[in-house]
Amino acid sequence: MKKRPVLHTPLEERNILGLEAGDQVLLSGTIVTARDEAHRRMSRAIEEGKELPIDLTEAIIFYAAPTPTPPGRVIGSIGPTTSGRMDLYTPLLIEKGLRVMIGKGVRSPAVKEAMRRHGAVYFGAPGGVAALLARSIRSARVIAFEDAGPEAMMELEVVDFPLVVINDNRGGDLYEMVLSATQGFSPASRPRSD
Amino acid sequence: MPPARELDVSEITRVVRDLFIAASRELGGDVAGAIEEALSLEESERAVAALREIMENQRIAREESMPLCQDTGLAVLFVEIGQDVRIRGGVFHEALQEGVRLAYREGYLRKSVCDPLSRVNTADNTPAVIHVDIVPGDRVRITAMPKGGGSENMSVARMLVPSAGLEGIEDLVVDTVRKAGPNSCPPLVVGVGIGGTLEYSALLAKKALARPLGRFNDRDDRLADLERKLLERINGLGIGAQGYGGRVTALAVHAEMAPCHIASLPVTVNLNCHVARHRECIL
Repeated sequence: MKKRPVLHTPLEERNILGLEAGDQVLLSGTIVTARDEAHRRMSRAIEEGKELPIDLTEAIIFYAAPTPTPPGRVIGSIGPTTSGRMDLYTPLLIEKGLRVMIGKGVRSPAVKEAMRRHGAVYFGAPGGVAALLARSIRSARVIAFEDAGPEAMMELEVVDFPLVVINDNRGGDLYEMVLSATQGFSPASRPRSD
Repeated sequence: MPPARELDVSEITRVVRDLFIAASRELGGDVAGAIEEALSLEESERAVAALREIMENQRIAREESMPLCQDTGLAVLFVEIGQDVRIRGGVFHEALQEGVRLAYREGYLRKSVCDPLSRVNTADNTPAVIHVDIVPGDRVRITAMPKGGGSENMSVARMLVPSAGLEGIEDLVVDTVRKAGPNSCPPLVVGVGIGGTLEYSALLAKKALARPLGRFNDRDDRLADLERKLLERINGLGIGAQGYGGRVTALAVHAEMAPCHIASLPVTVNLNCHVARHRECIL
């Protein structure tokens, strides 16, 4: 397999514009975690005209909540949660400056439309390999909503975090490409022990 | 009548604790075998890379005593109690809940249980969902299944009409997997519960997920045929590992069945992710 290019944060517009759905990259730099409860609270803060805990124009949001950090470690196991649950809030966040998201699973038409309009990108991180992904995390600290337990927002320093571009900013969609190519797959014949 | 065998609740608490910690950290041998088999069948470059990451992850998790997945689940317990066992030393259900509490605290597992309306976290991952059966004998079999939310969310319970038949069941299962797409962390284990009542079909589907991988149903040939056919159709969808496209979308399909009302055909499709955690112990 060819070597994955490494992207460094903060991602400039030119870094994002060149990406295509299906590209495999490594990300190094600063990202922040936010999932259901953090999205609900940020959305409410925007509606009420209050300040957000992060600068959306620079933030890379990772839909994730790690396991508790054992003694002597930087972080517990960590991986993406299903992004679709954040879809209700995402167009507003994109409108307010968010350009880069990391998660897993399909986004809504409204999110994809907002991404096209504003030039945003959505990366997939591999699900269910959270001990592996934890190795890419060099530091972690809670920056907001500590009372939300595992759903608190954390700032993470990552090195060579393995990502795949799911939705690029021109309407490219890896999951749709996969489904439209399905005719090409013959079902695997599976020898079984019975 | 034989004297009842006595079992102290502290023993039950200890076993439940150990089962949940082990299930969260160690990929089952049956699941690892199915992933290896998927690797031998897979051709898509991205899917092969994804399957290799799964094997690398299980090695790291085991060596470093880390959870395989950050979603360490809602704790589901299946308990079979022999009718000749006498539980002493405390309240049986509380002993199970205490085992869950200890596992999630001492094993550094994520607490993922909350009030459904206020969404306030219960902070110790209880209450577990507990299913108890009374069976012959003097043993207690405990199966721990930490169940993740991503795959549970894409699961479906449906009351089909009897005329829908086998074809209707197959279409519902395949359609459920198609709609889940990448969301439930494929390659999946698919549990299918057929018959009973609404809630019993769901219980059958959940129990089907606890069955070891690698064998089709060995009690009913019709179910074994159904599992074979469904596995082929699901893998024809092309979703692949992580939804990045590939030949292996499901590692296994497990179907269980019970008689139902003459008016009904309840079917539940319960999806499980590729970590497919389940671990049992017999006391």
